[in-house]
Amino acid sequence: MNAPSGVSWGVQDLKVDYGKTKALRRVSLRIQPGVIHAVVGGDGAGKTTLLRVLAGLGLDTGGIIRIPGAGRIGYVPPNGGVFGDLSVAENMEFVADAYRLSGWQPRGAALLGRAGLDRFGDRLAGRLSGGQRRKLAGSMALLPEPDLLVLDEVTTGVDPVSRMDLWRLIASAAAGGAGVVIATGYLDEAERAGQVLLLHEGTQLASGTPQALKEGMRGTVSDVPSPDGHRAWRRGRRWRQWDPDGAGGGKVTLEDVAIVAELSTEGRAR
Amino acid sequence: MKSISVSGVSRRFGSFTAVEGVDFEMGPGEVVGLVGANGAGKTTLIRMILGLLEPSEGRIRVFGQKHTRQQRRRIGYVPQSLGLYRDLTAQENLEFRAEAFGAEPAVVGVASAGLIGDMSLGAQRRAAFAAATQHDPELLVLDEPTSGVSPLSRTRLWDLIRLRAEAGTAVLVSTHYMDEAEQADRLVLMSHGRIVAEGSLGSIIGSEAAVAVDADPWDRAFAVLDTGSRLLTLAGTTIRVLGESLELVGATLAEAGIVANLRTVPATLDETMVMLDS
Repeated sequence: MNAPSGVSWGVQDLKVDYGKTKALRRVSLRIQPGVIHAVVGGDGAGKTTLLRVLAGLGLDTGGIIRIPGAGRIGYVPPNGGVFGDLSVAENMEFVADAYRLSGWQPRGAALLGRAGLDRFGDRLAGRLSGGQRRKLAGSMALLPEPDLLVLDEVTTGVDPVSRMDLWRLIASAAAGGAGVVIATGYLDEAERAGQVLLLHEGTQLASGTPQALKEGMRGTVSDVPSPDGHRAWRRGRRWRQWDPDGAGGGKVTLEDVAIVAELSTEGRAR
Repeated sequence: MKSISVSGVSRRFGSFTAVEGVDFEMGPGEVVGLVGANGAGKTTLIRMILGLLEPSEGRIRVFGQKHTRQQRRRIGYVPQSLGLYRDLTAQENLEFRAEAFGAEPAVVGVASAGLIGDMSLGAQRRAAFAAATQHDPELLVLDEPTSGVSPLSRTRLWDLIRLRAEAGTAVLVSTHYMDEAEQADRLVLMSHGRIVAEGSLGSIIGSEAAVAVDADPWDRAFAVLDTGSRLLTLAGTTIRVLGESLELVGATLAEAGIVANLRTVPATLDETMVMLDS
């Protein structure tokens, strides 16, 4: 059911416009089977646009796009993916019908069990908590055993308990060989992904494993007693300072990498 | 004098106890992170601190006093929904709010011309922060103040929050994200209505352990462990198991013929919250 070995999905030099608005420029992502890819960025970074392209939703695009057929993609849009006026069980049934699945019930029950939703089969999806709704959406996307799983901010606003259930669902899809792409605004979450793509205002700032991103960061970030210029930021009561010409080394977090990447674009704009 | 002093506070809704026996204090200039899962009681506690809800039991003092209307003016609050009028400009929002507080309106630095509803989330968050602080509150209560913005915008918002704290404002931040929690001086962790841990981030995440499993290939090991209600997550290709001993996890894997490298590691803040909750 998974991508034939050697085949990878993804985009290369992707360009997307919404009318006159340039939504994405020169974005590339190679999606490997069995790996969780985190697309990280703030509001307006282009995460949702990229994920819509990966989900095969028709957009005005340029560049190379390689994705499986529609029936092989599982997609959860931001804040969506469930029918509020159907019950949990009916939502699952709807997906099974749409994908013409047979003998899906045991898998469906197992997915709902993992999501902690097995006791809520008769409850209307609209009456679930936010976290439960996102877990239902994730379970629905996983039901057809997609080759590519595309999840847009499924963990945003979700509490840690439901977030862990969601990660278990996502990891089980990756363990089954699916390529997984998850958009998130949180770097501690990105830190747990196999591959990370940093987006900012429609362009790609960096991509690679969390480790490679930290090792490849330009310059040095270190704790300083007081800030010097605009290249400093706070972490708690401490100050972090970026020296672009530093020799590197020292303990760097993914948050440091993302901040430095964004600061670099500010420098170019000036 | 303490900015907030909560002693023996409980709050019940019918037969449901949302907050139970909570003692909590914070002083001027302190940044405290209130963390916990949904239903932990964070929102109920905050509503009581804001004076919107009476405790069923116990005593709450803000600036050493009972709640009064005058006191409300010494508090600034930014809800997760931001509490801005989307069809006004940022400046109009500030002026409208300033009038209600009898304060001089602040001047919003950026993009003050457009309507709030058309601004980026980062700009909206800055405007909401400006609106909540223009009356120079001595206590600021913020609900996930930097959610959804870029990493650099997040640090810029924290610069503003820290400047307030350095000027003596007590800042209480409710969040369940590590990125925000690590900015606080001290964390208060709630679960099922009670405070279950309190202290620095380091002391809280050092209190619980996880079992880290490295196996090649990882996916087979994951499939073996991915049963029942086990608390399981993944970091890269390292599987993390919570609430189970290293020996037990090792035995489960050995039974399936899987060779793995197992280590006991400190739990992350997320994992600690989940473990204390279950």
